[in-house]
Amino acid sequence: MDWMAIGSAVLIIALMVFIFPRMKHAVQNSPKGSSSDWMGFIIPILAIAGFIILLINMV
Amino acid sequence: MNDQNISISRSQESVLATNKVLKNTYMLLSMTLIFSGVMAFVGMSMNLGHGVSLVLSLVALGLLWFALPRTANSSAGIPVLFAITGLLGMGLAPVLNHYMAINPSVVSTALGGTGVIFLGLSGYALTTRKDFSFMGGFLMVGLMVVLVAALANIFLQMPVMQLVISAAIVVIMSGLILYETSSIIHGGETNYIMATASLFLSVLNLFQALLHLLGAFGSDD
Repeated sequence: MDWMAIGSAVLIIALMVFIFPRMKHAVQNSPKGSSSDWMGFIIPILAIAGFIILLINMV
Repeated sequence: MNDQNISISRSQESVLATNKVLKNTYMLLSMTLIFSGVMAFVGMSMNLGHGVSLVLSLVALGLLWFALPRTANSSAGIPVLFAITGLLGMGLAPVLNHYMAINPSVVSTALGGTGVIFLGLSGYALTTRKDFSFMGGFLMVGLMVVLVAALANIFLQMPVMQLVISAAIVVIMSGLILYETSSIIHGGETNYIMATASLFLSVLNLFQALLHLLGAFGSDD
């Protein structure tokens, strides 16, 4: 294994350590979303997926 | 009657404060994006390698971790933010040089695509004024799963897994843009330096994921 792979692994582990307390806090304190709340997220994500497919066909 | 006037006055103050955070965030975000682009261009002209890029990312992460939270409440946070965004921009140079050599239209399309997605999501959050705070747990867990998968893929080296990770990053970063914008609108985020850092990271990761997806699926003729 080369040192680039080790460096990348160190960077990702550092990010995980950075995010872990925020994840714990968010999981414990986030309010629950209703199905209409989730639809408000899913619809733009589907639009983005369609847009990316369009971009892929353009390049 | 007097209580009602006080309540209306407080509500107006809150709206003004929210608009100020939003305006400052977008102004600082546009300046940091331009600066990051300039630094990426400098890095590309210097033909920086992947090793230097990795070191720059680690230094940026260190500043993000230790320096930014300590300085974000003062004007000292602005140069720290510019340092982080400049280092991350410069760190993009080897990837950009790689795609420029293969198919330059991938870079311009990813750049334009990221701009359209960011503006579309921001416009959506601003016009609907929906509260996306319920997504906090989902987005953070998703981000952690992506990091675990990316760590595993350093050793597994599976191209399909890399594409799945990039697609997941697009979904998570899009969610984070909605989450952060909604947080500013609803008064959850009152520090424009922290809001800019969060939005900048989402835009940068979105751009990289899009670059990878377009590079993998797009034609190279």
